[in-house]
Amino acid sequence: MWAFINKLRSPKWFYAISAKLQPLFWVAATLLLLVGTVWGLAFAPADYQQGNSFRIIYVHVPAAFLAQSIFVSMAVSGLVFMVWKIKVADMVATVMAPLGAAMTFVALFSGAVWGVPTWGTWWMWDARLTSMLILLFLYLGVIALRGAFSSRDSGSRAASVLAMVGVINIPIIKYSVDWWYTLHQPATFTITGRAAMTMDMWAPLLIMVLGFYSFFIALTLMRTRSEILRREANKRWVRELAEETN
Amino acid sequence: MTPKRKQKLFVILGLLSLTAIAVGLTLYALRANINLFFSPVQIAQGDAPMERQIRAGGMVKEGSVSRDPESLDVEFVVTDYVDDLEVYYSGILPDLFREGQGVVVVGELQADGRLYADKVLARHDENYMPPEVAQALEEAGYSPADFQAKAAEVGKRLEQEGSPEGSDY
Repeated sequence: MWAFINKLRSPKWFYAISAKLQPLFWVAATLLLLVGTVWGLAFAPADYQQGNSFRIIYVHVPAAFLAQSIFVSMAVSGLVFMVWKIKVADMVATVMAPLGAAMTFVALFSGAVWGVPTWGTWWMWDARLTSMLILLFLYLGVIALRGAFSSRDSGSRAASVLAMVGVINIPIIKYSVDWWYTLHQPATFTITGRAAMTMDMWAPLLIMVLGFYSFFIALTLMRTRSEILRREANKRWVRELAEETN
Repeated sequence: MTPKRKQKLFVILGLLSLTAIAVGLTLYALRANINLFFSPVQIAQGDAPMERQIRAGGMVKEGSVSRDPESLDVEFVVTDYVDDLEVYYSGILPDLFREGQGVVVVGELQADGRLYADKVLARHDENYMPPEVAQALEEAGYSPADFQAKAAEVGKRLEQEGSPEGSDY
């Protein structure tokens, strides 16, 4: 455990290991998203009440999952950065924030599009929708706070603290539909596969969720690598690397 | 772990727990306001204000929908399987509106205990299924169990707290 954390201290080690992992996740993401999209949009049966408009679930649910997972990952990275002073953790948190914000927006937007035919309204200030909107603002806050300081270290620390405090919103989002009366229905999709959905609808959704996660990991690895190069540009190993490729 | 790091970790964890407690207490204090709608149980208990716009939610009771053939007027009963609420509405209903379906109605509660709705929203439940499965379930006596359980829970809580009429204020 401690040996692993010590290895993480070295951006060079992360740069080397991510080069090996990255292609695996890109291949997995491409295959899963392709299969999931075709299966979900063309072959899964239509819903008994919503008809074909239910198919938005194949984007909405994975995006909402990622939006929350990315925020938790960002908070954990922030904690690791603050306590153990591991720079790679801060770089990972930096590159994850825009993707998380984008996923939150996708979840809110696809939900609104689905809400118009299903509920009869695109927005309602219910606990689930409002807490998700707060998540979007938290993401934007983290991104803005990071850029608001003249020294990078202060920006990183401020963003880490906001991410750690903001993580309290995540259980609120998750349990809002159980704690209060909301317009939004409780969770349909769970990993344990409670029977709120038949197998032929659930399987493509699982594939889409796995595909979104693979995409997130692949993109984070890729962007962290460029962030490492940017921040370590003056280090000897990066200069040597640049000379090798030339 | 060096003592300095340990101290930092504790400071962060302490900060987090304090914030969590603060947020938890706020949400607890606001719990009545965060609920998007009143359940018929709550309205029967007198929790909802009269002649002010409120939202009420529940299931459309089976066999309760009656439409006026001459106009868009419709009457139906919203139920949480504990108490019922009569609703009057004039307008276009959402596609998903049907008996046994969850709805949220926006409108004013009248002195006679009926709700005159300005707007009716359909509330979808978490169950997604192909039409054949839905039909099979219906034949087997399908019931929206989740909503029922939650309404019963609220009913029990209100009973414990006592109805507002019986209290001192």
